[in-house]
Amino acid sequence: MGAYLDHASATEPHPAARAALLTAIDDGWADPVRLYREGRRARMLLDAARQAVAAALGARPDEVSFTAGGEQAATLAVLGAAAARRRSGAGVLVSAVEHSAVLRAADAAADGAGTGTEAGGATRVPVDRLGRVAPAAFTPPPGTALACLQHANHEVGTVQPVAEVAEIVHAAGVPLHVDATTTVGRRPLDVAALGADLLSAGANGYGGPAGVGILVVRTGTRWRNPLPPDDREFGRVAGFPNVPGIVAAAAALEARAGEMAVEAERHAAFSARLREQLPALIDDVDLLGDPDPAGRLPGLVAFSCLYVDGETLVTGLDAAGIAVSSGSSCVADSVTPSHVLAAMGALTHGNVRITFGRSSRASDIDALLAVLPDVVRGARERAGAVKL
Amino acid sequence: MNESGERDGVVDSRGRRCPLPVIDLARRCAEVEIGATVELWANDPAADADVPAWCRMRGQELVAVAPLPGGGSSYLVRRAR
Repeated sequence: MGAYLDHASATEPHPAARAALLTAIDDGWADPVRLYREGRRARMLLDAARQAVAAALGARPDEVSFTAGGEQAATLAVLGAAAARRRSGAGVLVSAVEHSAVLRAADAAADGAGTGTEAGGATRVPVDRLGRVAPAAFTPPPGTALACLQHANHEVGTVQPVAEVAEIVHAAGVPLHVDATTTVGRRPLDVAALGADLLSAGANGYGGPAGVGILVVRTGTRWRNPLPPDDREFGRVAGFPNVPGIVAAAAALEARAGEMAVEAERHAAFSARLREQLPALIDDVDLLGDPDPAGRLPGLVAFSCLYVDGETLVTGLDAAGIAVSSGSSCVADSVTPSHVLAAMGALTHGNVRITFGRSSRASDIDALLAVLPDVVRGARERAGAVKL
Repeated sequence: MNESGERDGVVDSRGRRCPLPVIDLARRCAEVEIGATVELWANDPAADADVPAWCRMRGQELVAVAPLPGGGSSYLVRRAR
């Protein structure tokens, strides 16, 4: 009995996305900037997709541009906002637990002005044991061009106090970029209520296709394309857009609006069960993130098992047909441990992240709980780490 | 006895990947009296996060962390319980 439990990495295409994609491949293949009939048809599909995405996020259509993925959207948001505010300074404030794409862009933008842990990079705002920033710590020092805070953390699910941080940075005249990859299409989101001046997300996180990202630049936010622009996507993203993919991403987002509340309740029940059962079934397991359901994503459970490496857990579970991800360095493609787990003071080895999606069922949890305790026990026995 | 070398009461886990340095530390801590200290040498980058996390989970006391001349760090841990 297998189970796919890595929906935050990628989730199955939403049926609405699949249907829209197939139609748009036939109807939206032409270049949307061309003035003949085929081009106009592609343009209409692209415009309708933009309107749907804007409406879902509480944005204006001309504030929404489509990119080749969430990471590209984040990179453009950060580099473009920092470039446009060069005269105000080169400093960038980021939470220590941002996605690596945001951290890389922020470090590149900060250009030696930072005073954080990374010499010469963006200034890291520390997090507590739950992975959450304190809003007051986001008070921008003079010379800050941009602040970046994720809506919720991708590795441990902690929801960040974005609106409070927005108030603080706005009081200093500093714009806020919000990486909303974990929340777009998963919970109601309104850019104005969030206080986001720039927002980025990827469509593959909620059932749209991979290779489509959403970049929101709010009206009045200073932003300059860090790459040579053309006239597409309001000058924000150059090149022929992936119209069928964008249409599918918009269709999925629209469909999600009607189902995400019920799904969140179902996921919250799965999470509660896992968080209760894991410590009962496995010794020395460190549950990560906020114990309060109101402070975390309902569809994510993360934990670390003492004395085990993450790769052993991932491969052991895969042998039983269960797919999970791990933030442990033994599994990730780098030798450095997860910067998120390290910033929280959490155990970085033996880490597992379980994420639920539209297709997740209670039987998936049964399958995981039936196998995981033995996988952990076996790994500890082989390492000679029993009763330590 | 574990497979890591020991010198002057030091557990030398340099060259061992996570989670082995923490396992080495836990083994040595189990062997000493309550109140005694154990010094761990490790150069796996995960040790910087995992040694303090282990101490927190286990209720042990991390007394000091210092860089080692050849790379890596020394972690001085007191067995508190």
